[in-house]
Amino acid sequence: MSDASTDSLVLSDIGVTFGGLTALDGVSLSAGSGEIVGVIGPNGAGKTTLFNVICGFIRPDSGTISYRGQAMGRHQPHVLAKLGIARTLQGVGLVPGLNVVENVMLGAQGKTRSGFASAVFGLPRSSREEMRLRAQALELLGELEIAEHAWKMPTALPYGVQKRVSLARALIADPTLLLLDEPASGLSSDDMAELGQLLRRLRDRMGVLLVEHHMDLVMSTCDRIVVLNFGRVIASGDPDVVRADPEVTRAYLGEEVRTAEGGPGA
Amino acid sequence: MRLFWNITLGGVSEGLIFASVALGLVLIFRATNIINFAQGAMAMLTTFIAFSVLGKGVGYWPAFVVALACGLVLGGVVQLVLIRPVQNKPPLNAVIVTFGLLILLEGLAGAIWGNSNRGFPAAFSQSGLVVGHTSIAFSHFDVFIVVAVLALVVLVALLFRFTTLGLRMRAAAFAPEAARLLGVRVSWLLTLGWSFAAVAGALAGLLVAPTSVFSPTFMDLILVYAFTAAVIGGLDSPLGAVIGGLVTGLALAYVGGYLGGALEPIGALVMLIVVLMIRPEGLFARPTARRV
Repeated sequence: MSDASTDSLVLSDIGVTFGGLTALDGVSLSAGSGEIVGVIGPNGAGKTTLFNVICGFIRPDSGTISYRGQAMGRHQPHVLAKLGIARTLQGVGLVPGLNVVENVMLGAQGKTRSGFASAVFGLPRSSREEMRLRAQALELLGELEIAEHAWKMPTALPYGVQKRVSLARALIADPTLLLLDEPASGLSSDDMAELGQLLRRLRDRMGVLLVEHHMDLVMSTCDRIVVLNFGRVIASGDPDVVRADPEVTRAYLGEEVRTAEGGPGA
Repeated sequence: MRLFWNITLGGVSEGLIFASVALGLVLIFRATNIINFAQGAMAMLTTFIAFSVLGKGVGYWPAFVVALACGLVLGGVVQLVLIRPVQNKPPLNAVIVTFGLLILLEGLAGAIWGNSNRGFPAAFSQSGLVVGHTSIAFSHFDVFIVVAVLALVVLVALLFRFTTLGLRMRAAAFAPEAARLLGVRVSWLLTLGWSFAAVAGALAGLLVAPTSVFSPTFMDLILVYAFTAAVIGGLDSPLGAVIGGLVTGLALAYVGGYLGGALEPIGALVMLIVVLMIRPEGLFARPTARRV
């Protein structure tokens, strides 16, 4: 499970406390290329905290994070783009004043030059780069079947479409690892089924780390699942193993019976 | 009727000058939410530098280029040294800093070049063009003003619409946090925004100086008019700045031409008050709430 393979994101023994509250306690996991790893757990299990630790929003009190064998240390959020890790931002995070194509193009920061001098003197190149990125963005929007929304402003679009735009923006960076925080929240069941298929296709090109409380999506798409409860890893393995784990059943079914469709959307 | 057309032509060339200063104000405001009250004084400084370079006998165009280059550097340095430390403080801090810079630069220019009124050469003849057999109130220099400012506006528009740099600058202006998370180097883009704004200002200084008395305070009134133009245009729309500049220029030309030149500043203030009362978001602002 915590094999330090060189193409993986490896978290080992991560601990986070807020005041007296232990949010994460000795959490270890890895996510490599070509696999979809799901992190699930009931509300308050520490999923979002874990995601924020990976993203660099929260500094862990203990433990280490490395990517492709390289320690990430106390990384800032913007470092991820350079490492080839893309993510969707919480609450979609599209830029309101830019149209859909432009929002997607913005995701390719790691691939564009942005120094002061090159900005002032490199305008022709900046313009060629713009055309190339625009073509690439349109292609991705086509792949995600939202090409007809390319020239609209994101605030005018349905939530499901906005989420796809956000996903396209993550994908244009050609990441080696894609981090998704609750991608299914607010989606209809049709949208969710399509999202699942899409993630399966992406697996050939990159690793995916999926933090999600929607059991159906996680069970049907993930190769490996890590279950958190009260900040600890209580189970991990392939979906069948996790499904059969009595402690997982207890965590999810403990006091209150949850339906297979999952709880109310976040 | 001839008076009307002459006033209109004068208003267009003056309006475009306001537009170039307003464009500088807008570039800065949309990126950093700061009104740069030193925009005029910075332009004054670069124009005085051009004046000194001209005094060395190098000719007009090298001095012109030097002024724009100095604008580029000055804008960046001002942002890095003075604005960045107050960027995340209450907005009033930055406003006070730009006011301080205005006073500092005007004092500095007075100390170096003196406070007397001088003349500044124009790039082209300032005598009216002859159309048919009559001379109109529009000179070769006015043509140059129109061409130079429109070129600046087109360049800015192309930059924002068709380059990845422009895309990043817009993203940094609209949603700095999201842009930063995507790996956009927002703080550098803010510096660059100030640089571009100061270049627009430097151009304005070179265009204003030949048409007015040239002293350390020669841009003060222009800044008031440009501010009016920027507010009419909505403060964060570059296109709005240009149209606001033209509206302001024409309105003031009619006020000055028909009612007397002394009323022009009052005319600008009346326009400012009317716009702020009736449509405080300006004519071209994007439809989002924003603290001004």
